[in-house]
Amino acid sequence: MSIAFNREQGLKSLTLMIRSRLFEKKIEALFSSHEMHGTTHLAIGQEAVHAGVSPALDPEDWILTTHRCHGHTLAKGASVEAMLSEFFGLSQGLSKGLGGSMHLVDLEHHNGGTSAVVGSGVAIATGMALQLKRTGSHNLVVAFFGDGASSRGIIHEAMNMASIWNLPVLFLCEHNLYGMSSCATNMVSVESIASRGASYSIESRTVDGNDVEVVYAAVQEAAQYIREESRPYLLETRTYRLSGHSKNDIRNYRTREEEAAWSQRDPLKILKERMIARGHLSEDDYNLLEKHEQKSLDKIAESLAKQKRYLSFEEASSYVYATGGSR
Amino acid sequence: MKKLSYREAIREAMIEEMARDEQVVIIGEDVGCYGGCFKVTTGLLERFGTHQVIETPVSEEGLVGVAVGAAMLGMRPVVEIMYGDFSTLAADPLINHAAKTHFMTAGQFSVPLVYRTPMGSGTGAAAQHTQSLEALFTNIPGLKVVYPATPIDAKGLLKSAIRDPDPVIFLEHKVYGTESVIPEGEFTIPLGLADIKRQGKDVSIITYGKTVFTVLKAAAILEDTEVSVEIIDLRSLRPLDTPTILESVRKTGRAVVVHEAPQFGGFAGEVVAQIVGDEETFRALKAPVARVCGKEMPTPFNKDLERQLPPSPQAIIEAVLALFPSAV
Repeated sequence: MSIAFNREQGLKSLTLMIRSRLFEKKIEALFSSHEMHGTTHLAIGQEAVHAGVSPALDPEDWILTTHRCHGHTLAKGASVEAMLSEFFGLSQGLSKGLGGSMHLVDLEHHNGGTSAVVGSGVAIATGMALQLKRTGSHNLVVAFFGDGASSRGIIHEAMNMASIWNLPVLFLCEHNLYGMSSCATNMVSVESIASRGASYSIESRTVDGNDVEVVYAAVQEAAQYIREESRPYLLETRTYRLSGHSKNDIRNYRTREEEAAWSQRDPLKILKERMIARGHLSEDDYNLLEKHEQKSLDKIAESLAKQKRYLSFEEASSYVYATGGSR
Repeated sequence: MKKLSYREAIREAMIEEMARDEQVVIIGEDVGCYGGCFKVTTGLLERFGTHQVIETPVSEEGLVGVAVGAAMLGMRPVVEIMYGDFSTLAADPLINHAAKTHFMTAGQFSVPLVYRTPMGSGTGAAAQHTQSLEALFTNIPGLKVVYPATPIDAKGLLKSAIRDPDPVIFLEHKVYGTESVIPEGEFTIPLGLADIKRQGKDVSIITYGKTVFTVLKAAAILEDTEVSVEIIDLRSLRPLDTPTILESVRKTGRAVVVHEAPQFGGFAGEVVAQIVGDEETFRALKAPVARVCGKEMPTPFNKDLERQLPPSPQAIIEAVLALFPSAV
């Protein structure tokens, strides 16, 4: 089951995927050159998942994501400037420089943030869904998790509760084949994580996570099911993390041949070639689009890199408690 | 005024808050018709229905995680975990999530959650159902920790905890039948204020939770030996009412800190550090600061051995008298 984007939809989706790809590459470069500090987790190769999920939702549906959250945050509506500001630790960042790369959060766009304790966010998302249901909202929550996190016990607890309470959660497994260095073939007891849905009486399916049209259609269908049937749903998207786990990953746990094979199924390449075949895009259009996105990104990054507007320690302390202060 | 047990006082606080605000929701295992492991939530399901009383599967980590997520969207969950020992299972949602959310989101989200759980020995339930784990939580910025001893404090503090916008760890002792007189009608007790249970001039005994009663017994006996004891019930461990502690110790010049949790690495160490770290109070000390705490042992099952684990009135009396060398 898929849909064919019209030209406008295709361009929108492609633009988002290009923006995400370039954003990740920019981040990678800024970390390599030590202009940014800390660590970061890129999702290069997984663009069809984030570009396929949030745009297929009602804008007031929520997402709760993971440490690998840049693409999800962008796709849910955050601006490149607010995101990059957070990476630079600036006071105008999404969380004023207190969260950083692993904790992007954006209340304005119904992005509930992340848990970087992989899998834990699934329970948080389930709780958000409980409150939405209690308050009579028609909205749902997307709980992102990976194949690595699928081995956490909390996922079992959360899926069981979502099922017995009929909660509006879309469990979105982003199966990118690797949990850090560990391949799912060695770590996950089932070929399809979606097959675990049956253990909780939760409807589920597996789709190609590198084809944005497929993901988009599957999410629309799942969201409609969740709203109409008042039941959770488990969607497994099969994709591949072309980037390493985090910075400084030498990727000695897999072959370059395997990476090259998956590059042939690069989600940007798939959409681009399909749009060209449909007469919706030319090579020149694509290059222009990419150039435009790169230019705008570079300009924002350059301007932010010079800024030093940080929270003072006292200002940071005031966020420890909602009642203010640090004790 | 009316007489209420510790159990009834906690229940009454929940009832009043649930009636005031339908976002106050009880979440826990067996909290419905069974009334909870210690019968604290008896009658709540019948009165408020499943909209405000949510029974969960045996999923401590999951149910606290769910409560955190629901709280982020406006619920005011009051989670009951049947034994404090199971806090190890709930440590991830409490420590990594509830305590960090307001900070990491720079105030975009807060987690107005209350985590109720009973701690302590004396029930014959052996090593996995009797620990005092408050120190797991007191070292976490972002959490508030209270531990009322009396019914009046339990009611007033729980109402404040429920209304507080931050996650509050609300610890209970297991002597749920403890009775005291409680004012009729609406009242709250602010978090972060200690209560001077008894005025005295020779020694300050600082404690909280169930050992408040042990200390009261010891103080009554000490009165016969003409030692005048001031008792400070901390009630709230984080925030800690340091000014009240310091003022008392400056007056008496002697301090003993008492709790049931093991001494090594326990919360008493923090209280001692507050006392000796303040120059004026340090100078006022006439004797070393003493601690009387639980023994360094998992709780044994045998009744006689279990009884020897927590601080006894006798141990407290001895510790106090040791601060008056000439009197011994």
